[in-house]
Amino acid sequence: MRSIRAAAVGAVTMSLALAASACGGGSSTEGGSNDSPKTLTYWASNQGASVEVDKKVLQPELDKFKKQTGIEVKVEVVPWSDLLNRILTATTSGQGPDVLNIGNTWSASLQATGALLPWDAKNFEAIGGKDRFVDSALGSTGAEGKDPAAVPLYSMAYALYYNKKMFADAGIAQPPATWAEFVEDGRKLSKGGKWALGVEGANPSENIHHAVVFAKQHGGDFFTADGKPDFTNDGAVAGVKEFVDLMAKDKVIAPGNAEYAQNQSVSDFAKGKTAMLLWQSASANLKSQGMSEDSFGIAPVPVQSGTPGTGTGVNSMVMGINLAVFKNSDNLDGAKKFVKFMTSDAEQKILNTAYSSIPPVKGAQADPAFNTPANGVLKNTLATSAVAAPQVADESQFETAVGTAIKGLFADAAAGRAVTTESVKAALEKAQAQMPAA
Amino acid sequence: MTSTVELPVRKGESGEKAARGPRRRVPGRIRRIGLPYLLLLPALILELLVHLVPMVIGIVMSFKELTQFYIRDWGAAPWAGLDNFRMSVDFDAPVGEALLHSFLVTVGFTLASVGLCWLIGTAAAICMQDTFRGRGLLRALFLVPYALPVYAAVITWVFMFQHDNGLVNHVLHDQLGITDKPSFWLIGDNSFIALLVVSVWKGWPFAFLIVMAGLQNIPRELYEAAALDGAGMWQQIRRITLPSLGAVNQVLILVLFLWTFNDFNTPYVLFGKSAPEAADLISVHIYQASFVTWNFGTGSAMSVLLLLFLLLVTGVYLAVTSRGRRASRA
Repeated sequence: MRSIRAAAVGAVTMSLALAASACGGGSSTEGGSNDSPKTLTYWASNQGASVEVDKKVLQPELDKFKKQTGIEVKVEVVPWSDLLNRILTATTSGQGPDVLNIGNTWSASLQATGALLPWDAKNFEAIGGKDRFVDSALGSTGAEGKDPAAVPLYSMAYALYYNKKMFADAGIAQPPATWAEFVEDGRKLSKGGKWALGVEGANPSENIHHAVVFAKQHGGDFFTADGKPDFTNDGAVAGVKEFVDLMAKDKVIAPGNAEYAQNQSVSDFAKGKTAMLLWQSASANLKSQGMSEDSFGIAPVPVQSGTPGTGTGVNSMVMGINLAVFKNSDNLDGAKKFVKFMTSDAEQKILNTAYSSIPPVKGAQADPAFNTPANGVLKNTLATSAVAAPQVADESQFETAVGTAIKGLFADAAAGRAVTTESVKAALEKAQAQMPAA
Repeated sequence: MTSTVELPVRKGESGEKAARGPRRRVPGRIRRIGLPYLLLLPALILELLVHLVPMVIGIVMSFKELTQFYIRDWGAAPWAGLDNFRMSVDFDAPVGEALLHSFLVTVGFTLASVGLCWLIGTAAAICMQDTFRGRGLLRALFLVPYALPVYAAVITWVFMFQHDNGLVNHVLHDQLGITDKPSFWLIGDNSFIALLVVSVWKGWPFAFLIVMAGLQNIPRELYEAAALDGAGMWQQIRRITLPSLGAVNQVLILVLFLWTFNDFNTPYVLFGKSAPEAADLISVHIYQASFVTWNFGTGSAMSVLLLLFLLLVTGVYLAVTSRGRRASRA
């Protein structure tokens, strides 16, 4: 008798608890607060050779921040393959971190969701003012005319990394400056099981970074001036074709690269299987894979004319990481303090050195540590010949759609099927059809 | 679990005692009838919470224009009426065309995979029917693919299917010389074969397990009588084993079909976010359609269509097979 009643009471309690927990979860779309001023959650992107490397780099700095402010930062390093999805999930559910790293190319897309704290004059004031940052980096923080959705944290640019010994063995005196030279040198280097260049053929984002630049060099853009997708214009098609042709026609990329998506091309270069690599700020990564600093050289990415510049002389996207604050954080003031800390001159120097990136903060960039020849190439590219990613709301959809199309074209090239202007155009047309019909 | 079995008995007496008691509370009849429902309530709420509520939300989402501009506050997303569905089934437009292609690939893949799983599983179970030395060991070995965590197993296959250093190319090309150059398995047209191989490898042990259990229920005397009447092994299999397995097969094939058709893990781990066209299974396709365009309304509409299709297939299948079995028994 008693046990029956107990069971009944138990059942009712459990039902109530379940119902209550169901109602309790979910929507928290209201603005942020300062309800828990002692803790912050931080999602960091994977900048070093591995997630573990990043934890080792970041933890001492977070400890410093705790000593200064008493705020404990719980960091989670999120791999690139998951980061965008995690951010989307956090946006949808309202259950996210307080502070997070975003790829700077996503700025406008994420800005459109309204989940990130806009950096208006007042917020910038709290971290020392907008004019502390380099202009080119600020150009990739959101749509034009709107308050930035994030502040620049690390700046990166693409460069041509080449293996000095392999170049010497093939009798090549200096790195190629034009694509014609590149292909010519590439043919000399691609023999005996070694190849001239490595690419991540199955990694949509990586493909996009190259496609945008190749298209620019042919005078093409993937978006019209008013932000509409325009993937099939002559410049874009010619650019994508030239990129894929490095494998299909010029045969300076090993066909196996078509299925690379886990940075195998970086290890191939570090192991001396390939002689060249087009990568962003790769020095630290290469060193951690056992390549000594004097065994590889760094040169600007080739352009048609041989001299990088603006317009068709563009040879990199403005790559980088931005630091954003979730609007519904329950420690907004703490989050701003953390952003101020991470973008301070001292921290910028430490972090950008560890990741071999360039500080987007003027005060730190002037430091002699960033005046080495390697950093010089990157700095110069960022200053004179880098183009910002399209700052439109559909940017991240564009990365997936066109990136996937190029993956398919590489698969065709690897299988020995012809890659023609028509086939490139058809693939891009299909990608464009997937874009939101805004 | 056990308490629910005992309770109906005790519940009777508790109700009677309460009715006889001096205090008039809830009438005995209601208490008697109410208690089982009360005890079921937690399970019911959990079921609602875990299964039905998300399904209903998914269906509601399919009628909304849930793009990146609204994901932060779903309530504010405008209603789209049937637009999402119209777009999904407009087979002349690119989105519908791609969905149809993916659907057909999935149907072909599912038929092939379920067929092979069933065939291999049944053949292995029949071979293992007689006792011999090492039978237990073999049975355990056969179940390994089923017991392995999907991710670990499939990622191993990814390594084996790699173009440059994969085991598959090493054996087929380097050692046996069957192919004249190393093939790509994870991109291009061969990806369908790769997907099928992994799916069958992963799925057949389940068929094996279920058929093996079903075989235990066939009386040995039937085989002895058939053998005395001069039936050979094939005839025994055809006339005794397979008909006796009818009920088991009915459920087995349905379950395999639903699992394979809906499988997300295998293609996702094998190919990542963007599956090659030849192996563009519908679950990954829907995932990609939602995340490429960030239009979760369209993704939901596709999911609802998939749900309706699977409901239809399941209903028709059960109706047909049940009638067939009843007819054959009569």
